Amino acid sequence: MSISLLGKLSWDAVPLHEPIIMGTVGGVVVAIVSILSWVTLKGYVPYLWREWLTSVDHKRIGIMYIVLALVMLLRGFADAIMMRTQQAVAAGGAQGFLPPEHFDQIFSAHGTIMIFFVAMPLVIGLMNFVVPLQLGVRDVAFPTMNSISFWLTASGVLLTNLSLAVGEFAKTGWFAYPPLSELQFSPGVGVDYYLWSLQISGIGTLLSGVNFVTTILKMRAPGMSYMRMPVFCWTALASNLLMVAAFPVLTALFAMLLLDRYLGFHFFTVDAGGNAMMYVNLFWVWGHPEVYILVLPAFGIYSEVAATFSEKSLFGYRSMVLATMAICVLSYTVWLHHFFTMGASASVNAFFGITSMIIGVPTGVKVFNWLFTMYGGRVRFTVPVLWTIGFMVSFVFGGLTGVLLALPPVDWQVHNSLFLVAHFHHVIIPGVLFGAMAGYNYWFPKAFGFKLDERWGKAAFWCWFIGFHLAFMPLYVTGLMGMARRLQHYDVLAWQPWLLVAEVGAVVILAGIICQVVQLMVSIRHREELRDTTGDPWNGRTLEWATASPPPAWNFAVQPRVDELDAFWAQKRHAFAKQDLPVQRHEYAPIEMPKNSPTGFVTAFFAVVTGFALIWHIWWMAGFGVLGATATLLAFMFRTEDEVEISAEQVGLFDRAHSVEVSL
Amino acid sequence: MNIAVEVDAVHQGELTNISEAGPASKRIVAGFGFWIFLLSDIVMFSALFATYAVLVKATAGGPTAAQLFDQHNAAMETAFLLLSSYTCGLMSLAVNSRYRLGIFFGAVVTFLLGAAFLNLELREFQGMIAVGAAPQRSAFLSAFFTLVGCHGLHVAVGLAWLVLMMVQLSLRGFQDKVVRRLHCFSLFWHALDIIWVLIFTIVYLMGVLP
Repeated sequence: MSISLLGKLSWDAVPLHEPIIMGTVGGVVVAIVSILSWVTLKGYVPYLWREWLTSVDHKRIGIMYIVLALVMLLRGFADAIMMRTQQAVAAGGAQGFLPPEHFDQIFSAHGTIMIFFVAMPLVIGLMNFVVPLQLGVRDVAFPTMNSISFWLTASGVLLTNLSLAVGEFAKTGWFAYPPLSELQFSPGVGVDYYLWSLQISGIGTLLSGVNFVTTILKMRAPGMSYMRMPVFCWTALASNLLMVAAFPVLTALFAMLLLDRYLGFHFFTVDAGGNAMMYVNLFWVWGHPEVYILVLPAFGIYSEVAATFSEKSLFGYRSMVLATMAICVLSYTVWLHHFFTMGASASVNAFFGITSMIIGVPTGVKVFNWLFTMYGGRVRFTVPVLWTIGFMVSFVFGGLTGVLLALPPVDWQVHNSLFLVAHFHHVIIPGVLFGAMAGYNYWFPKAFGFKLDERWGKAAFWCWFIGFHLAFMPLYVTGLMGMARRLQHYDVLAWQPWLLVAEVGAVVILAGIICQVVQLMVSIRHREELRDTTGDPWNGRTLEWATASPPPAWNFAVQPRVDELDAFWAQKRHAFAKQDLPVQRHEYAPIEMPKNSPTGFVTAFFAVVTGFALIWHIWWMAGFGVLGATATLLAFMFRTEDEVEISAEQVGLFDRAHSVEVSL
Repeated sequence: MNIAVEVDAVHQGELTNISEAGPASKRIVAGFGFWIFLLSDIVMFSALFATYAVLVKATAGGPTAAQLFDQHNAAMETAFLLLSSYTCGLMSLAVNSRYRLGIFFGAVVTFLLGAAFLNLELREFQGMIAVGAAPQRSAFLSAFFTLVGCHGLHVAVGLAWLVLMMVQLSLRGFQDKVVRRLHCFSLFWHALDIIWVLIFTIVYLMGVLP
């Protein structure tokens, strides 16, 4: 009886015989239990619930996204260094320490986690925190939906990590190509974990996209016309337009694979007319725009950093905007370059080869714009600037290997080799991760009121920069020597020296990550010396620096007005020219703010229940989960009050206290 | 006072550039956000359409589109759905003039027409499965049931939403929030029509082309 009630779930699902997995699971369980009991014993639970878990404040949600991403970065990196170590030792007769079925899960989990649960939450988190502040408004268009988006992403994260302890993860690679991912060849729950985690978090991402497109197009400070928007907002707009237009394809695609696996449909099966290449096409119709969803906001961060720390306005603002939107459109015209070997005709391959080269042009425009922004500027070599310069140096080379891969004849030679692996890490790590790190160091003082330690930040950058090149340059070589990706073991001993160098690189990156952890701890300890009382620690140009650090829940005591680009810089310049004293405001208006709501958290709880039940075929529990989520949303629909009023005195009190702090 | 003076009296700053007007009202923001959501929904359908177009000939020796589709039934479904859009439009007019009885009447007729559509669709599905043309039979049928079924699921959700809105309207009256949601519902209902017109053309009409 208990077997039928629990579907496919039984004690066999827990891999008790795998010491590596059980050790990890044990460590994670101990960590979670100790953190939870510490939080409970200290009496922080009501605070966490009130101020964070149910918060609909875009700044809090942004910070939670980034914390989630940084924790998952540790998980994804643990997978990475295990793979590097395995390949460094498993040559010739040696088999290494990871059996094939475990190695397969690790590379699948690494890719899935790094793209969906590190890069995406980093980028969405930074947009959440920064975009409403830069637009000079009080929150996003739909604050409660924003919280739902975050918690659904967290649900996906939880399910993916649950697969470590209960059952298995996909062994199919992070894109789960059929027919391998069909029931016939992957009968276990691994692919189901993959599909349901990404379906649930994908809904969150789609809702984020809807939210931010609406926010940027409909909620800007008075006077902020499109051509006065900060470049980061433009790149965020492009990125979110792509989310709205690309993620539904992924949802439809995964729904089809789920129908194949659960109800015996024949979309991508090898029999009954199924077409596996349809999956591959649709996957990359989502997948290539996804690359730009990630990298465009990072480009925005580099633009802000380059302009701020060169004390110059961005060179070629209009061309930057144009390049961003051109990439946004062109990103839909290149998907086939991910599988030139599909067997399409020469003219089809030629078309996509040419479009893939064309899309490099606007990116080149951007690089020149950043260079000319810094040229002749008074560049301050802070940590964000180091990440930016490091990005420019390595991203250009990563882009060049991309142009090589855009040539179909070359691609046929190195398809699915480590050359490809080296290429996409060469664009994603400097492109997205370096950008997120620049943004993290740049906006940290705005979020928490104190700067991050410079010395440890610089050490982290250099470790990452050197470690990254050590880890990935050798992979180009082994790729050209013919080494396929995802090998658990190989016989060609000539590859091993290169893979040993790559292993050293991974260790240096580890040192970089440790430096970042130390940087955070040191900065928290020295927060009084690093305190930012002005709200404008970097001599910034855009509106997020015009309010206190950290900003109050309502962001701005008085709605800012914008007359030109770089609004805050212009305000400072005019004030200086006219020798204005800081204005002492006396009139404040009460502010309506969205009320906190547990809807997101509770919905996500039921989403996890539903996902877990569907993965294990526990149908009654799936019904319960769906019912619970529906009831939660209905309760939200019938809520009576969703706003709280911040009194004028409270706003005034905070604003005056802050301006006193500034003048001191 | 001549007209020129009156024009001059209008504050020019408010007329020059709408993109500088500041944050839009809640009504605009909610409606705009829902438009964006609908666009994403249409993108999802476009993936299903593309799949259907690729797989339509992949019948694996099973029944083909020409053998299965009943033009008469599809025409009836179309009539019900398009008519329900008309009554939904009447309902929106009644919302704008805050005419409660008109709204309930429009909603009931819209609901009945939508339910009649769903009834025909489910019967069609049932009939196909009865003659062995289930989605498990071939890739073509998988794609057909998913595309058309996904639209049907949207209609069913729309019906449930309509009922909920009538409950809210009777409990809360013409609150801003309720009016905004009624507005979004009508956008949703019309978007389903657009999808259906494409299904009618691409699935049912092109399906019987020689």
